[in-house]
Amino acid sequence: MAKLTLEDLRRLRGEKQKAMEMRDASNKDVQVIVGMGTCGIAAGAKDTFTALVNAISDKGLTNVLIRQTGCMGLCHSEPTVEVVVPGMPTVIYGNVDAATAKDVVEKHIVGHQLIDDKILDRPSIDIVKEA
Amino acid sequence: MAYESYVLVCGGTACCSGGGTTVVEAFKKELEAAGLKDKVQVVVTGCLGFCEQGPIVKILPQGTFYVQVKAEDVKEIVAEHLVKGRVVQRLCYDPEQAKKLVAEANIPFYQKQYRIVLRNCGIIDPEKIEDYIARDGYKAIEKVLFEMTPEQVVEEILKSGLRGRGGAGFPTGMKWKFAQQQPKGQKYMVCNADEGDPGAYMDRSTLEGDPHSILEAMTIAGYAIGASKGFIYIRAEYPLAIERLQIAIKQAHELGLLGDDILGSGFSFDIELRFGAGAFVCGEETALLQSIEGNRGMPKPRPPFPAVKGLWGRPTVINNVETLANIPVIINKGADWFNKIGTATTKGTKVFALTGKVNNSGLIEVPMGTTLREIIFDIGGGIRGGHQFKAAQTGGPSGGIIPPQFLDTPIDYESLAKIGSIMGSGGLIVMDETDCVVDIAKFYLDFTVDESCGKCAPCRIGGRKLLNYLNKITDGRGTEDDIKQLEAISDAMCKASLCGLGQTASNPVKSTLKYFMDEYMEHIKDKKCRAGKCSKLIQYKIDPAKCKGCTMCARKCPAAAISGTVKQPHAIDQTKCIKCGQCEQTCKFGAISHG
Repeated sequence: MAKLTLEDLRRLRGEKQKAMEMRDASNKDVQVIVGMGTCGIAAGAKDTFTALVNAISDKGLTNVLIRQTGCMGLCHSEPTVEVVVPGMPTVIYGNVDAATAKDVVEKHIVGHQLIDDKILDRPSIDIVKEA
Repeated sequence: MAYESYVLVCGGTACCSGGGTTVVEAFKKELEAAGLKDKVQVVVTGCLGFCEQGPIVKILPQGTFYVQVKAEDVKEIVAEHLVKGRVVQRLCYDPEQAKKLVAEANIPFYQKQYRIVLRNCGIIDPEKIEDYIARDGYKAIEKVLFEMTPEQVVEEILKSGLRGRGGAGFPTGMKWKFAQQQPKGQKYMVCNADEGDPGAYMDRSTLEGDPHSILEAMTIAGYAIGASKGFIYIRAEYPLAIERLQIAIKQAHELGLLGDDILGSGFSFDIELRFGAGAFVCGEETALLQSIEGNRGMPKPRPPFPAVKGLWGRPTVINNVETLANIPVIINKGADWFNKIGTATTKGTKVFALTGKVNNSGLIEVPMGTTLREIIFDIGGGIRGGHQFKAAQTGGPSGGIIPPQFLDTPIDYESLAKIGSIMGSGGLIVMDETDCVVDIAKFYLDFTVDESCGKCAPCRIGGRKLLNYLNKITDGRGTEDDIKQLEAISDAMCKASLCGLGQTASNPVKSTLKYFMDEYMEHIKDKKCRAGKCSKLIQYKIDPAKCKGCTMCARKCPAAAISGTVKQPHAIDQTKCIKCGQCEQTCKFGAISHG
C-alpha cells in the first residue's frame, strides 16, 4: 500500500469503521473470533482454530469469517471463541477444545442453538466506545 | 428451527452450590409447560463472576440480569418475562433502581472493570492495522502532528496526571518535560517491555493484543521530546509479542505511519526492537539502557537521570508498555477526561494479572481506587475450592503481602506503599490458608538472589543472607535472634542498594514479618508450619490404635522408614522419613496423619 496522507488515513478509518460496525467483511455475515494471545495458544487455541476451519469447510459454509484477536482477559477459560451470528446474541465460549469447536459450527452457527456449559461473558463493557 | 430467546444460568461453583442446578431444571420444566420448549433455549454458562449475588440468570437477547434466583421464582420469570415480555422487577439487581438497572451494562459490578489500556485487546485482530485504525487508531497521531506543539503534548500528559505503570509511579509528563528541555540534538524514546515479575503478563498481553497502540504512543512521545528514534526493549521469551510487533512495524512503515515524513507532516520517527535475554535487572531503566548499548545489563547510579544522559549519553525517555498504551487515549479524549478516573493522587486505571487461588484468574483492568475485595471477590469470583482468603501479593519480588484487614483499601500508589506493599507492574497473586507466608517470602528471595546482578554488595550479599536465614527457619533450625537479623539486613538493603532491585528485594520479608510474625514464631518455637508447606517441619505419625498392621505403608515407603510386623502397629523412623506423604495416601484405615 502506498504511504498515507492525512486525508487517506481519515478516509480509511471511516471505511473500516463502517465495515466493523456492520460486522460484514465481503458478504460474510457470521464471525468467529478466536483469542490467540499466548494464554490462548498455550491452552490449545491453534487446535481450536484448525478444528473450526475444518468444520466450516466440512459443512460447506461460505458466509463465515474466522478472525483472531488477543487476550480477552478470560485466561481461566482459554481457549476462548466469540461467535457473532445475525439474529442471535453475541456470545463468548470458554474452554473451546476441538470437539467444542465442531459444536460451535454445527450447533451454534448451523443450528442456531447456544452450547450448554461453555458460555462466558465478556469481562467488561467496552467503555471507550461508549464514552 | 431457531430459538427466539435464551436463558443463561450461571454454572459456576458458587451458583451451583446456591441452587443453580435446580433453577436449570425448573426452567426446563416450566418452559415445557408453557409450550415454549422450542422457542427458548436454556443454557448453563461458566462463572459470570458475580458469585455474591448468585444464582445468576440472564435472559438474552434483552440482556436482563436476575440475581438470587430460586427454583420457586422460575415460574414467574417464564410467565412474566418470556411469555408476556415484562421484566420481573423484584429479581433484578438492586430492586430500588430496577427500572433503570435491568440490563447487564447498567449493573455496577460490570462497571468495576474499565478498559483504557486493554481497549482493543480481545476485540481487534492484532495483525491487521486496519482493525486498529477503525477503532480510532492513529487518530492521536493526527491530532498531535497537525494540531499540537511538542510543548502542548507534554502539557496535556502532565495535566492528565498519568504516572509510570512500571511500578514506581513517576509522573510521565515530568519525564517527558525533562527530556524535552534538553538541548536539541539526538534524543531517544525507549519502551520498556522487559516484564519480569513472576506471574505478571499485562504487558505481554497488551503487545500481543494491540501492538499498534504502543507504536503510536512512542511516536507521540518522540514528537513531544524531539526524538527521531525509538527502541522497544522486549524479552526474547515473548516470541508472539515480538512477531506481532514486527508485523505492526512493517505495516506502519508501508502506510507511512512510521519512518520519514509521517503523514506528510515533516516529522520522522522510526522504531527498532531490541531483545533482552531475560535478566530481571534489565527492567531497571539504567541497566536496560546498558543492555541496549550492548553492554552487560547492570544499573548505574542516578543522577544523571536518563532524561538528561541516557542511551549513548543522549537524553532518553523510558516508559513502560502499559504507560504508553494510555497515551493515545489521553490525547484523543483529553487530560480532563482522564483526570476524572481514579483517586486524588493516582489517575486512570491499572491492569492486573490476577492469579493464584482465585476462581477467575485473568487479565483485568480497573480504575485506580478499586478495592482488593472488589477485585478478588467480585471480578475474580472469590477463592478457589471454598478456601479462606489469607493474603494477596502485589508487586512481585519487589512488593509485599497484603493481609485480610486491608482488603477494603482503595488501591493506588500511596495507599499500597502505606501498607507495606507496592503497586509494581501489576501482578496480583491471591493466597489461601494452604499457603505458608515464610515459604512465599523464601520463593521471592530465591528469585531476587538469582537475578541480582552482583554489582553492589548490599543486594548481592544481603539477599543471600536473608535467604539463608529463611531457609534456616523453614528447616526448623531457626532462633528468635534470626528475626532480628532478618529485620536488620532488610533495612540495610533498602537503604544501601544501588537500584530498585536491591532496594525492594526485602519487601516480601518485611511485610510478612509485619503481618504474620505469629507464623514465623510458630516455625521457630513450635517447629510447626500451619499450612503444611515447609516439608521439613512436617511429621508423619501412625496412630497405633487405628493401625491394623497391613504393611501397605511399609511397602510403599521409598525410604524404608516404616517398620513393624504383620498385624502389629507400625512406626515411622523420623530420622529416615523424607516427608513424601505416600504412606498417608496409601493407608486405608486413616491411621497415618501429619502435623
